[in-house]
Amino acid sequence: MKRKIPLLITFLVGVIIIISEFIPHKPFGQISGELEKWYLIIAGFAIILGQLSLFKVNLFKIRHRQKNWQFFILTLLSFILMVSIGIFWGTENHPGIFGNGETISNTIGTKPFDYLFDNVYQNLQATMFSLLAFFIASAAYRAFIARTLESSLLLVAAILVMLGNTSLGSALTGWLPESLKFLHLPRISEFIMKYPTTAGQRAIMIGAAFGIIGSSLRIILGIERSYLGGK
Amino acid sequence: MEHFFSVLGIWLGVLFTFAIFSFLYKDNPVYKVAEQIFVGLSAGYWFVYTIYFILIPNLFDPLINDFAGNWIKLIPAVLGIMMLMRLMPKTGWVSRFPIALVIGTTSGVFFLRYLKSDVINQLTATMMNPFTGGDWVVIIGQIMLIVGTLTGVIYFYFSKKHEGAFGATAKVGIYFLMISFGAAFGYTAMARISLLIGRLQFLLGDWLGIISP
Repeated sequence: MKRKIPLLITFLVGVIIIISEFIPHKPFGQISGELEKWYLIIAGFAIILGQLSLFKVNLFKIRHRQKNWQFFILTLLSFILMVSIGIFWGTENHPGIFGNGETISNTIGTKPFDYLFDNVYQNLQATMFSLLAFFIASAAYRAFIARTLESSLLLVAAILVMLGNTSLGSALTGWLPESLKFLHLPRISEFIMKYPTTAGQRAIMIGAAFGIIGSSLRIILGIERSYLGGK
Repeated sequence: MEHFFSVLGIWLGVLFTFAIFSFLYKDNPVYKVAEQIFVGLSAGYWFVYTIYFILIPNLFDPLINDFAGNWIKLIPAVLGIMMLMRLMPKTGWVSRFPIALVIGTTSGVFFLRYLKSDVINQLTATMMNPFTGGDWVVIIGQIMLIVGTLTGVIYFYFSKKHEGAFGATAKVGIYFLMISFGAAFGYTAMARISLLIGRLQFLLGDWLGIISP
């Protein structure tokens, strides 16, 4: 029962959604629309489950004094801080349970949630991702060794695209006469993006889509059951 | 007072920027502090976002404002609470029911969405006359588009051994995929560098005032 009913729910819901595409009339269209709204609500609870699970895992690490446990206290504190001020005084367009917190907003210039978001969260996020600029450079040093034709194509395509999108690329080939304009670096970059890159991306998209379609069918038909847990 | 908090905000930003950049030297406690604060704030942000932008408009507001017309939303609400029971090991199995509904809906939606947008639409866009629509550069490009897509798809067919004419075709597909990966890498590298430039602008402009923002 604990496995058969969920499998039946998955089958029925999946089949109704697919049928509603071909018969968009009552009752399929209506049920499908309602199911998609339900999905949004349950997915919202799933996100909250994820956050609470993170809280639980960190609490476990602290309680059992696992390696670097002191740092996880900060995770919990910052989580509690962000959630509390968000729920108490709301966000930019939403009041919290204590209203809009005008007194605090007048003092710090904005709502506390937005203050924390703009000054701490956004800076942390942007720096964390910008850090990848350094690592991507070292990855490029290792990947861009023209040993084979394949790696040479990778190297040439990356360099041409990067050069073509900078002012340097434009300056390097800006002197070319009108008859050789197709060799202008920005135009080569545009050509690479528009044709061979699109072709490669299209092949990947089609291949991946067949994989997703196959997996969806396996789930709907109950062949793939790993999402239920256990064997 | 507002000016003080504005300056404090910039200093907080600078502090955390340097804390994250300290990882370039090596993994250190300062970086770990910033990293964990980022994880906590990120989780907290999405928690609040989910409440204000998903649950309140789609569940709580309709139930409070017109219960008679929206009582059916109690079903996903109950399923949502059942989902949260996964946090307790003894009642974790209850979450299988809402998960089944989410997985079933996702499978149905993905089946249709990917079939339409990533298979039919992409194949339709590839089925064109390459010899129309412009000068010789465009014609070469369009031929490359057709050949690249077909050979790329052939490369992804692993049920047949890649040898002979089939293997040679798949090899051409690899070349197109490599160009695609190279271009994607170039774009990613540029996006990351532009983020780095943004951080430098923040440090040199907003913080030190050496350059105008």
